[in-house]
Amino acid sequence: MKNFIKILPLLFLLIGFSKNSNSAEKVEYLKTDWSFKGLFGKFDRGALQRGYQVYTEVCASCHSMKYLSYRNLAEEGGPEFSVAEAKAIAASFEVNDGPNDDGEMFTRPGKLSDKFVMPYDNVKAAQAANGGAYPPDMSVLVKARGGGVDYIYSLLQGYEDPPAGITLDDGVYYNKYMYGNKIKMPNQLSDGLVVYADGTEASVEQMSKDVTTFLMWSAEPHLESRHKMGFKAIVYLIILTILVYFSMKRIWSRIETKV
Amino acid sequence: MSDQEYIPKSKFGKWFNDRLPLLTLANHLTDYPTPKNLNYWWTFGGILTFCLITQIVTGLVLAMHYIAHADMAFDSVEHIMRDVNYGWLIRYIHANGASMFFLAVYIHIFRSLFYGSYKAPREIIWIIGIIIYLLMMAAAFLGYVLPWGQMSFWGATVITNLFSAIPLVGEGIVTWLWGGYSVDNPTLTRFFTLHYLIPFLILGLVVLHIWALHVPGNNNPVGIDIQKPSKDTVPFHPYIVIKDGFALLMFMIVFAFFVFYTPNILGHADNYIEANPLVTPAHIVPEWYLLPFYAILRSVPDKLLGVVAMLSAILILAALPWLDTSKIRSAVFRPLYKQFYWILVADVLILGYVGAMPAEGLYLLIARIATAYYFLHFLIILPVLGFREKTMPLPLSITEPILGGSPNLVLAKDRKKFKN
Repeated sequence: MKNFIKILPLLFLLIGFSKNSNSAEKVEYLKTDWSFKGLFGKFDRGALQRGYQVYTEVCASCHSMKYLSYRNLAEEGGPEFSVAEAKAIAASFEVNDGPNDDGEMFTRPGKLSDKFVMPYDNVKAAQAANGGAYPPDMSVLVKARGGGVDYIYSLLQGYEDPPAGITLDDGVYYNKYMYGNKIKMPNQLSDGLVVYADGTEASVEQMSKDVTTFLMWSAEPHLESRHKMGFKAIVYLIILTILVYFSMKRIWSRIETKV
Repeated sequence: MSDQEYIPKSKFGKWFNDRLPLLTLANHLTDYPTPKNLNYWWTFGGILTFCLITQIVTGLVLAMHYIAHADMAFDSVEHIMRDVNYGWLIRYIHANGASMFFLAVYIHIFRSLFYGSYKAPREIIWIIGIIIYLLMMAAAFLGYVLPWGQMSFWGATVITNLFSAIPLVGEGIVTWLWGGYSVDNPTLTRFFTLHYLIPFLILGLVVLHIWALHVPGNNNPVGIDIQKPSKDTVPFHPYIVIKDGFALLMFMIVFAFFVFYTPNILGHADNYIEANPLVTPAHIVPEWYLLPFYAILRSVPDKLLGVVAMLSAILILAALPWLDTSKIRSAVFRPLYKQFYWILVADVLILGYVGAMPAEGLYLLIARIATAYYFLHFLIILPVLGFREKTMPLPLSITEPILGGSPNLVLAKDRKKFKN
């Protein structure tokens, strides 16, 4: 039994290794309280809805979200817009469809089953419109960056004038959290940029937090049910382990050896 | 063993068993005499069987939804994560299951090293185990390529390129492996096929592994041969079954924690970026369980010799039963070997650490020293130790030390306590 506990430090050591490998060059990211962290972590509905607003009004002009559908906006564990609201949101976008019976492509208002409309037709078009830099798809962006939510949250607030001695080319900006500090996306957020429907003050910090929360959900849409199921599964396993432990003691008591 | 004497009670049972002795097998498995002093390090065999079955079952479900095509693989994984019912659960179990599998297999291997389970008459069990381990590494590598993220693509490029180190035919072999002139769709489809095949090969080898085990029976912490069955043994069922079950449940709690609360911590963020042949990631690193070998590969300046060193590091294990010249199995009675054992454990962990770091400066130096020591341990220390070491006298049976009969084991145990 005692030996068994020795495995744990080994395990954490190994996790330590893999963590190290993910973030060889480390900067201290800005910290904030994320409601979705921890054993019972859940998304803040308000933050998700506000985050969606920031995404559509600011990010969506360049960044696609190709794995999301409008129906996701009304699903449990997400921003949880009402179905009517989600339908209205979908209908506010023009979607290319076809070919119809005449062999023609046509546009129609979006439906719940449609994927989020992409800002550009293809990667080349996106690059051409953005000085050669492709604005990455944001569906799983949070999971695709070493620092995760903290990195995205910091990056959005990390724009600064470059320190003396660093010259930037046209269309390149200085960001203290970006890898190599040079980023092709200009600063997007400024206080009061969007007007939140729920009256929350749209400070840069607030918008960064909201949109990052939204991105976390888009990368992990089942996070809430995962946490819920995880808690149940682990409690179940612990109870079962205790019961099996006592059965084991009982069985082994038939012979004198200890387990 | 009492296999031959078993006669089923029912008439049908007898009729069936005469034609296919499944009941004899079942009887053998339940009655299988097991040393009663096995500690919890011995429960990892059962845990590994669980891991294999879990990987196969979750893998089958994933294969129903996955699309092995360079343009669709990444999308199909996201489809699994978002739209397939409990797809996220299945995929996270499968992805973390690979890590859990390796965690368990490393404990299983190092348990063998400590208690000398590879020594006569168990060499075949050990060698089958090494083959299983090699296949596990192949399966894990192939599986890591399937999501077709950046690390998948570049990992596949780096590893398949190792074959180009072979003189004369190397380049040809690499092209043949790729099915083209770079890692692309043909590579992905064949990797998927092989990834699907290998677990079943492993399953077959596991049967042989257990079969070979059941001939001499389990080794035990004292490492002495025991009479079977005797008062030193217990029947596998219920004693070992319940104990393995208890250990498995503890393992599953750790497993569940990873799956439900930190499902991506053991992976690499770059693998959530779709593969792009035009952009190379800043650091290409394998999964944690391959890092020690990656460190050995990179510590040799010559490409071919690096590959040879990496392969030798694994294959040398197959020769272990003959490299270790000591007649005593358990490290409990080998005071010097015990110390070298822990140095080896530290050495492998250090190799794992530097394997995750860039191969430059101090890291490279450490990797080279650790690599040299790894081979030194197996090629020099172990053979010499067998002749030089003054071992402690062995008890006559398992029961003896437990009843406090052997002063030596009591001494050995006290020393262990003192160290802890």
